[in-house]
Amino acid sequence: MQSRRGDFILWIVSMVIFLIILYFVDRLMLNPLPEGLSTYAGEIDTVFYVIYYITGFVFLLVSALLVLFLIRYRYKPGQRAIYSHGNAALELVWTAIPAAVFIILFLISQSTWAKIKYRDTMPRGDVEVRVTAKQFQWDVLYPGPDGKFDTADDKTIAGELHVPVNKVVRVYLQAEDVIHSFFVPVFRLKQDAVPGHTIPAWFEATQTGRFEMPCAELCGPGHSGMKGWVTVHTDDEYQQWVQEQWQ
Amino acid sequence: MSESSAAAHVAHHREGFVRHYIFSTDHKMIGRQFLFAGLFMLVIGGLLAMMVRWQLGYPETPVGFITWMFSEEFWDGESWLAQTMPVGVITSELYNSLFTMHATIMIFFVIMPIMVGAFGNFLIPISIGARDMAFPILNMLSFWTAVPAFILMVISFFVPGGAAGGGWTSYAPLAAVPDYSGVEGPWGVNLWLISLFILGFSSLMGSINYITTLINMRAPGMTWFRLPLFIWSLFIVAILLLLALPVLTSGLAMMLFDRMFGTHFFLPEGGGEPLLWQHIFWFFGHPEVYVLVLPAMGVTSEILPVFARKPIFGYRAMAYSMIAIAFLSWVVWGHHMFQSGMNPALGTAFTLTTMLIAIPSAIKTFNWLGTLWGGSIRFTSPMLFVLGFVFLFTIGGLSGIFMASTPVDIFIHDTYYIVAHIHYVVAGIIFGIFAGIYYWFPKMFGRLMSEGLGKLHFFLTFVFFNLTFFPMHFLGVGGHMRRIYNPLHYEFLAPFQGMNTFITVSALLLGASQIFFVINFVWSLFGGKRATENPWQANTLEWTAPSPPPHGNFVTTPVVYRGPYEYSSPEVEEDWLSQARRLETATSGGGGH
Repeated sequence: MQSRRGDFILWIVSMVIFLIILYFVDRLMLNPLPEGLSTYAGEIDTVFYVIYYITGFVFLLVSALLVLFLIRYRYKPGQRAIYSHGNAALELVWTAIPAAVFIILFLISQSTWAKIKYRDTMPRGDVEVRVTAKQFQWDVLYPGPDGKFDTADDKTIAGELHVPVNKVVRVYLQAEDVIHSFFVPVFRLKQDAVPGHTIPAWFEATQTGRFEMPCAELCGPGHSGMKGWVTVHTDDEYQQWVQEQWQ
Repeated sequence: MSESSAAAHVAHHREGFVRHYIFSTDHKMIGRQFLFAGLFMLVIGGLLAMMVRWQLGYPETPVGFITWMFSEEFWDGESWLAQTMPVGVITSELYNSLFTMHATIMIFFVIMPIMVGAFGNFLIPISIGARDMAFPILNMLSFWTAVPAFILMVISFFVPGGAAGGGWTSYAPLAAVPDYSGVEGPWGVNLWLISLFILGFSSLMGSINYITTLINMRAPGMTWFRLPLFIWSLFIVAILLLLALPVLTSGLAMMLFDRMFGTHFFLPEGGGEPLLWQHIFWFFGHPEVYVLVLPAMGVTSEILPVFARKPIFGYRAMAYSMIAIAFLSWVVWGHHMFQSGMNPALGTAFTLTTMLIAIPSAIKTFNWLGTLWGGSIRFTSPMLFVLGFVFLFTIGGLSGIFMASTPVDIFIHDTYYIVAHIHYVVAGIIFGIFAGIYYWFPKMFGRLMSEGLGKLHFFLTFVFFNLTFFPMHFLGVGGHMRRIYNPLHYEFLAPFQGMNTFITVSALLLGASQIFFVINFVWSLFGGKRATENPWQANTLEWTAPSPPPHGNFVTTPVVYRGPYEYSSPEVEEDWLSQARRLETATSGGGGH
């Protein structure tokens, strides 16, 4: 029928426009993802991409059907709607398939989550620091060359976390006043610091550089601007820094 | 009730102005009262959002043409305006109050009053064939209990120190110790807590009324599975509120005690636990967000069949999926707390339940598509808005999957990705509210709204909505934190400032576009074309009563013969078939499920 071909062409045109928009959205979505500079950043990003392409596909499918139906089944004089109350088989299909997808997403999320956050299996740190959050700064306590906390050579530096590259760093998070959140975007690391708790977190940086360390939990009027810096050194630079600090 | 005693009943109720308009016990008047209260707060909530966006788009920049209002000289001394916004610049303290109050007002003082208070009150009795709610005086009290809550929340802007600034989530210890807030007085948060404490009772009264009315007062033939799906959603929501609100109310009391009476529920120095607040708040908070969205899903399920002229696809699946969402909503609260420091094993449990709760929502989306398939679709204003809901809620729901995944949440928690998700799902809700207003306005006020202005309102709102909120996904993926007063404080956020400005401009245009709704609504109230009983040719019982229905709604109680979505039925020539219409043919039950 003439009008059915016209409907189809209209749908194709709108889908082409839609796909062009989606292409630019895809570029815009993935461009700002910061480089991943820790050992587990890649795993997190992989889970992100898997979800992104699955949801992208579903979004495309739903939108395509929506636009198709709105064009194809718009009111036409003399044409009555189909008197249907549903279809049990279809219901089953579109319940079972999403359920399976979600179970799979749960499983792939779980292994990465356990690796990063579970405390019993957390990797032992080559380097350890205690970070105390307070309004509005990060106080980093280094155990010093003796490697032990609560000894004479402990040193607190505000806002500056210095670590060696390719070594596991354990961070023990505390908070003095309100809840803050320790966030290093390039490491894909985030952990709330809660008063009354000491919470362990870890990372292993894979690249040297200097990276911002914002607070990611509203902590008062100074929340905006509360940040520190992580400096990842090569082994030699790190030794040099330690020497300079603990002369 | 017989005709003559019905007439006597009406005559007996000839009331003065105060009983009729102010302390009315008629569910329809109370519904209108909630509607006007909610729409008024929508304007305030929207203005607060505009101010948030202004600061983000143009950090620490006064709005040129009104700066004179904020100068000390203009007021010849101290003034509230000059103190709150010195030289017209938003301070970081004010900024925290702006986003806190924007969210609080939109959630508690706009969406709930309009969806549950206005539509619920107006429609539940009429849709089931009842004369009024089970408890009309309790109903009146539920509105008038809400009024002090509204007043206290607005007053809180004007106390020393300004309105609450701890986020609508009000985490302890920040909100539990006045000194931590950095403002000069504790009454902002105190009033916030007291206001919400009072508001909870208003909702509880409403819940009791709705549940009792729906169980006991359905007309003959109105079985559970012949109820309109919107009414189903309100029944479920009433139960959720009944069970969830006491938890919030208790938490609010505990925080007020910590602030004012020296207790340490949430303060570690006295043996308390900050995370306890989060558990209490989110145990309420998660069912709460389904309280917000289920009525919008109900409105969509209500309006799609009317304008596709087709039964809803899978009525029972739609009802059961809402019930499933309601059940599951109790066991997902921890997904707001993945990074909170609670035992990570809980993260595992909550990620599973959160993935599961996505399933019934997915079913509903496919069923809505199924409703459109094979239809004869008319693009009226209400229809456009529910179609918008389907599209926007799909995006919001899909983005939720990212944060349901614990490892991805490590990165996107507390970033603009969350803000994007929140606004896509609540956009859906706002579109549902607009759809409901355009659809039921003729029944509530006896007049038609302008279709032309409605379509204009839809297109502008839809376009600017997406331009405002879609880019927030990009910000979030870039690591842009939320609740940040000035993104320029962070070097890694500098590349995003252009996008922030773009979002601000879109948001301002989105706000401005609402003028067409305001004009349409106000004009139509007084000068709209008079509406007939059933301008949409719809099947549900409200369309068998006059527009607006008189006190008592029906002269005689209707009898229900079929489900609510018998459109294009082969039993009749017209493409609609009222629930209350008696057919002479043998088969009168039949379809609907």
